[in-house]
Amino acid sequence: MTARTAKTNALGLEKTAYKGAESTLCNGCGHDSISAKIIDACWELGLDQRYIFKLSGIGCSSKTPAYFLGLSHSFNTVHGRMPSVATGATLANRKLICIGVSGDGDTGSIGLGQFKHLLRRNVPMVYIVENNGVYGLTKGQFSATADENQRQKYYGVNHFPPIDLCLEAIVADCTFVARSFSGDPQQCRELIKAALSHKGTALLDIISPCVTFNDTPESTKSYAYGKAHNIELQEIEYIPPGLVIQRQEITIPEYAEGETIAVTLHDGSQILLKKTDQSHDPRDKQAAIRLLEQAKAEQKFITGLIYIAEPRPTLGELERIADTPLAELPEERLRPSREALAKIMASLA
Amino acid sequence: MCAVELTTDKRTEAGVLVNDFAIVAATVNGSGSQTANNTLVRALFKMGIPVNGKNLFPSNIYGLPTWYTIRLSKDGYIARRPDYHVLAAMNPKTQAEDIEKLASGGLCIYPEEWKLKPTRSDITYVPMPVREMVKESGAPPALKEYVANMVYVGAVAELLGIDLVEIKNALSYFLKGKAKAVDLNYFLVEKAAMHVREHFTDLPRNFRAERMDATRGKVLIEGNSAAALGAIFGGVSVAAWYPITPSTSMIDALMDYAKELRVEPDGKKTLVVVQAEDELAAAGIIIGAGWMGARALTATSGPGISLMAEFSGLAYFAEVPCVIWDIQRMGPSTGLPTRTSQGDVLKAYYLSHGDTRHVVLLPANMKECFEFGWRAHDLADRLQTPIFVLSDLDLGMNLWMTDPFDYPDQPMDRGKVITYEDLEKFGTWGRYKDVDGDGIGYRSLPGQGPAYFARGTGHTEYATYSERPDDWQKNLDRLARKFETARRIVPKPISQLEAHATCGIIAYGSTDAPVAEARDLLKAAGLITSYHRLRALPLGEATHEFVGLYERIYVVENNYLGQMAQLLKMEYPDLADRIISISHCDGLPLTARWIADSILEKEQK
Repeated sequence: MTARTAKTNALGLEKTAYKGAESTLCNGCGHDSISAKIIDACWELGLDQRYIFKLSGIGCSSKTPAYFLGLSHSFNTVHGRMPSVATGATLANRKLICIGVSGDGDTGSIGLGQFKHLLRRNVPMVYIVENNGVYGLTKGQFSATADENQRQKYYGVNHFPPIDLCLEAIVADCTFVARSFSGDPQQCRELIKAALSHKGTALLDIISPCVTFNDTPESTKSYAYGKAHNIELQEIEYIPPGLVIQRQEITIPEYAEGETIAVTLHDGSQILLKKTDQSHDPRDKQAAIRLLEQAKAEQKFITGLIYIAEPRPTLGELERIADTPLAELPEERLRPSREALAKIMASLA
Repeated sequence: MCAVELTTDKRTEAGVLVNDFAIVAATVNGSGSQTANNTLVRALFKMGIPVNGKNLFPSNIYGLPTWYTIRLSKDGYIARRPDYHVLAAMNPKTQAEDIEKLASGGLCIYPEEWKLKPTRSDITYVPMPVREMVKESGAPPALKEYVANMVYVGAVAELLGIDLVEIKNALSYFLKGKAKAVDLNYFLVEKAAMHVREHFTDLPRNFRAERMDATRGKVLIEGNSAAALGAIFGGVSVAAWYPITPSTSMIDALMDYAKELRVEPDGKKTLVVVQAEDELAAAGIIIGAGWMGARALTATSGPGISLMAEFSGLAYFAEVPCVIWDIQRMGPSTGLPTRTSQGDVLKAYYLSHGDTRHVVLLPANMKECFEFGWRAHDLADRLQTPIFVLSDLDLGMNLWMTDPFDYPDQPMDRGKVITYEDLEKFGTWGRYKDVDGDGIGYRSLPGQGPAYFARGTGHTEYATYSERPDDWQKNLDRLARKFETARRIVPKPISQLEAHATCGIIAYGSTDAPVAEARDLLKAAGLITSYHRLRALPLGEATHEFVGLYERIYVVENNYLGQMAQLLKMEYPDLADRIISISHCDGLPLTARWIADSILEKEQK
């Protein structure tokens, strides 16, 4: 026993209560840092793990839901198809929080179609891509986000331009798009918190070095590269609803140089974006697209909140599903009456 | 070789066939003949005559030939019959062949403006001034082609003695009582009937539709509508799909019925239907919903089933309830999208890689489409596994006469579900632990019960990842135990044992109707058969017993490979030599005649 009282959150829980099983990933894997930040974010926000569920596809990244929030339900699905499972699960219970974890192969290659359709439908969830540009579990093949002209020992040179998942998300009308770096824990954590407060799909593309197959200094997905080149668009701080004094609509005040501005999210929380020497306005869709195109052309490693907009209605809202979660509806609300059947039969006679 | 002459024609003394013949309307698809054909079917049905309509249509939007066959059967046979006696030849491209196939003594109605040269002397030609009548009706140009079909409705009605009041009522039914539309259509019906009455006074009236009392209390419905209705009464709350013929009309029906039955007073829905980007996503959506605890279904056909293979294995192994309707069509590959078959039996049973096996329900009629519609969800929840329901185009898209559906005779069975409160009583809980010995663990739902980690990878009974050989073995042993539980609780086969039977017939699904009729034909030819109709896979003990009863078991099915026969041989290797496959697949529903001939041929060997 230490003399120091352990820190507890709003639910009176210590952070260890949010842990999962021990990670089986390589030592130093960026994914483990992200798991730790998910734990931090959920603990600090005082979220009840019983009302969170975790989804993933297949790959190193998709193993990680086992390593955080051990008291939350989880479903490790099939390769590239987590988005459709998320679509069904969130429709079936609209009261729960969905955190999905995928990788660059899972989302950018095999699952690109499902990813785009999930965004298009605005399925309410935090969608985290742990992006390392490489297939880890099958030992080092290029993924769809690998750098153009990158060389790998066994597989040679990648001749194809990378797919930018943030860009894909913006053009698919996702209303919360951010990029982060697993080596930047503070930014990661704050973005995860903000994503949890967003209504609809919030995409976090987190560059997460693969220490085994893609951590050479020349790789843009390496620790060394990330540390040296990370250009933070903003300093980000998330303020939970209870601590936000002045509530305001999501309209962001004019974004002037050097100013800290607050974006109010739909649950009343705020993200404070303190401008750095970059001049990106995340409310400007065209600017966000230009920023990403430019970063790609100049091989710049841009992180931060890239795009945020007034959330579109979620799939469940558009479908006008019942307020009670479909999964919890009692029989009397699911099975029409005997009279209803008799009436239909009479109409067919 | 068939030594015994089989016949279904039962002419009366005067050579008149009453309520025992078939009508074919040969049209061009997209020309709007559906209302015309449905009207005839309904009018006959309302005259109390057992009737069945089958639509043979192309995979096309406009311009290819379509044949709609209406069979009247005073004996209540509802299978396809290959011959026809009354032809509405409305498609110039196929008229020659259509007329050639018309039964001797038959009636051929056709547009007068074709100026056909009669080629047969044994049939009666009934030219109708279609163009002139349509012009006279004053139908707007956009509707001309549609209402032209009413000319053959009127002619057929007059020639067969169908009550025009019933035709008018049927029109009103399908046109939802819209007076203007009913009047326009009925104008042509009456006009045509009058024309026949005035111009063909000396026609031999060989075929007659006479009022009977054999349809009282019955209803007319398509299998896809029955299935959708069943699902709604089964409490389905999430449906995901990708459009594919011939399953699409099941989802259409689901959406239609949901508007009426599953919208709450506040206007909010308790059934959501998502059109997915493909069948993979459709499967993923229902698995996500099923895992969460909602009742979920998809409806698809062959190519969609192939795409759902991987996800089906996940649901099997992670033990997630969901229901997959396969409205079968012809394969391999794209096959013939608008033609029927029973070709997905083995595929559905073993869908996915590894040692995957599934529960498959085999509805044979409208009542079973409805009943299995709700029961599939109970079974899915009870067995915590995907349930496949194999209907087909013949059942799904054709109008069938049926007794009204019975309301579910038991409350919903949500299976074994553990909540947070239960956990306190249980003490410990392992998601995949077989505490009851039936191979089924207690599942827990997100937000409602203790957490576990669902996965398609190797796992222990506590749902933790494991690569240990003993864990793997133990898990598959339990899944095998669960499959044995399924064997006991799926819908039981129905046996009709005849005391003097010398052989047995096994069939399933839409093949039931022609088999029932074939057995009567065989009986008339002196061959008494017992019949065993499968209603689900896995096969139960009753089937083993039935196969054991006779030295020759004919397995009748509408596919090329004789898939159920193969499965039976595999399940009962000791009895394999008595299983004889009677299978055929050419896109059409089997006929009683073909089945009887095929069995007689084997019997005489």
